[in-house]
Amino acid sequence: MANAPRPMFDTETLVINMGPQHPSTHGVLRVVLRLDGERVVDCDVVIGYLHRGIEKLSENRDYTQIVLLTDRMDYVAAATNNLGYCETVEKLMGLEVPRRAKYIRTILAELQRIASHNVWLGTHAMDIGAVTVFLYNIRERELILDLFEEYCGARLTYNSMRVGGLPLDIPAGWDRKVREFCRIQEEKLVDYELLLTHNRIWLERTRNVGVISGPDAIAIGLSGPPLRGSGVARDVRKDEPYAAYDELEFDVPVGATGDTYDRYLVRLEEFRQSIRIIRQALDGLPEGPIVGKVPRLIKPPAGETYHAIESPKGELGYFIASDGKSTSPYRFRVRPPSFCNLQALRQLVRGHLVADVVALIGSIDVVLGEVDR
Amino acid sequence: MPDEPRPTPPAAARPVEKKIEAPSGPPDPPPPADLAPPAFVTAAQAALGGAITQLSYWVGDWTILTTPARLLDLARVLRDDPACRFDFCSDVTASDWPARESRFDVIYCLYSTRRRHRVRVKVRAADGEPVPSVSGVWPAANWLEREVWDMFGVNVVNHPDRRRILMPDDWQGHPQRKDYPLEGPGELLLEDPLEWLRLRNAQSTAEIE
Repeated sequence: MANAPRPMFDTETLVINMGPQHPSTHGVLRVVLRLDGERVVDCDVVIGYLHRGIEKLSENRDYTQIVLLTDRMDYVAAATNNLGYCETVEKLMGLEVPRRAKYIRTILAELQRIASHNVWLGTHAMDIGAVTVFLYNIRERELILDLFEEYCGARLTYNSMRVGGLPLDIPAGWDRKVREFCRIQEEKLVDYELLLTHNRIWLERTRNVGVISGPDAIAIGLSGPPLRGSGVARDVRKDEPYAAYDELEFDVPVGATGDTYDRYLVRLEEFRQSIRIIRQALDGLPEGPIVGKVPRLIKPPAGETYHAIESPKGELGYFIASDGKSTSPYRFRVRPPSFCNLQALRQLVRGHLVADVVALIGSIDVVLGEVDR
Repeated sequence: MPDEPRPTPPAAARPVEKKIEAPSGPPDPPPPADLAPPAFVTAAQAALGGAITQLSYWVGDWTILTTPARLLDLARVLRDDPACRFDFCSDVTASDWPARESRFDVIYCLYSTRRRHRVRVKVRAADGEPVPSVSGVWPAANWLEREVWDMFGVNVVNHPDRRRILMPDDWQGHPQRKDYPLEGPGELLLEDPLEWLRLRNAQSTAEIE
């Protein structure tokens, strides 16, 4: 059969590695792509490079010590992780949190949402080639880091909440600075929109890239802005209110087609809604204590619970099982939104170009610290 | 200045090394008698009452316990029944209770984006006992079940792609099991897994003696 005629143009699929050391994979994510020319036929997502065993470690630490470990998961929105964890333990113990603490927690969580979306927009746009936006976003995020530094002394891993309340009240004059930040951020949002929203290149690179329908997005487990981009109005803050969200007014933006551009628009609108929430929370900030009645030794009764909050990436859930005897959880489990959203990447990239893979990883908004834990 | 001997603290203040016996499982308390089960529980009971071995209610969460054999039937009912509509699989995880005969609890946290309610489904499985994959019902369970296999070694069967996900492919053992050491197996495991296993077994028998 050596002389059998070969087809003149035979094609073979080519397997290439993207990452784990690739500037646009946002950390140590490895994507094994199977290519037909420039088109992606299939891909395999390899994770685990940053696995630190936070769940196992937490099962050997006190309930109070775990707050610090949760910081290390989604490190661009550490306070949100603290919030989800503390609320889960409070639910398990039946603790009542003072209203003032709830309001401050809400403000911190929303500031984190803006910070996280700033990092997302900056890196996403830079991956696609718009470098200017990155500089703008990091400039605004710096202001949030300053606010957090003034509040709790740390700029990245805040350890800013405790079971039953907060360790610190807001410093004098801090609320004025937050208002000032909201004004600046609102103003600068117009700049981002002028740079991107009607930019021809941006539209070409994001429209109809990685389209996923609402039912498909639910089935694959997308949550947060990627799910809302597909037109499903699901937001844990609205559907299962926690902290002070049931007392505050905000809208849940949804997309129409479920492509990368819609996910961009949804997140951009979330900036505005977060600013709206922060302003209302500052206006209605009640007086009172910041810590509820918490026993000195945190030891929840035997039982299990699952509690979810809306992190900037999606549904952040904690499952904690207590055996009722120990001061550490018997089982500590995090439902990381980035992990579940990243699962959809394989479905999203099929049939697209290699350059679109970069756009799609950015549009899912993963933080590898949270994916691998 | 000579060092004065520090007074020894009274015995009560010293931390006492107390061996806490391993708990034999979560309590799974039944719902209080005056609490009517929600519509999705009654609907699931009506559709296949035999599959539900136990109902549990704790701090506002409902849990349905079932057996691995009936898990898929229950999963389909929960997804498709008009009163349930659990279309979103939030989380799949496990917990390890080595003192119990069927040591693993595999836990499925479900949510309905239409009805906006939550439920947990739980199955008990012994080490190596097959637990059917629910990734055919909820594709989102694919990676989550891979993690359950990776971390606990729960024998998830009929999974489309059962590989390790967080640990390296050639890793020995399942780190989230309670008998797995927190500080890890050390370097020896990667170099010579059999020697590691021999040493570890020798150590654990020495502890018993």
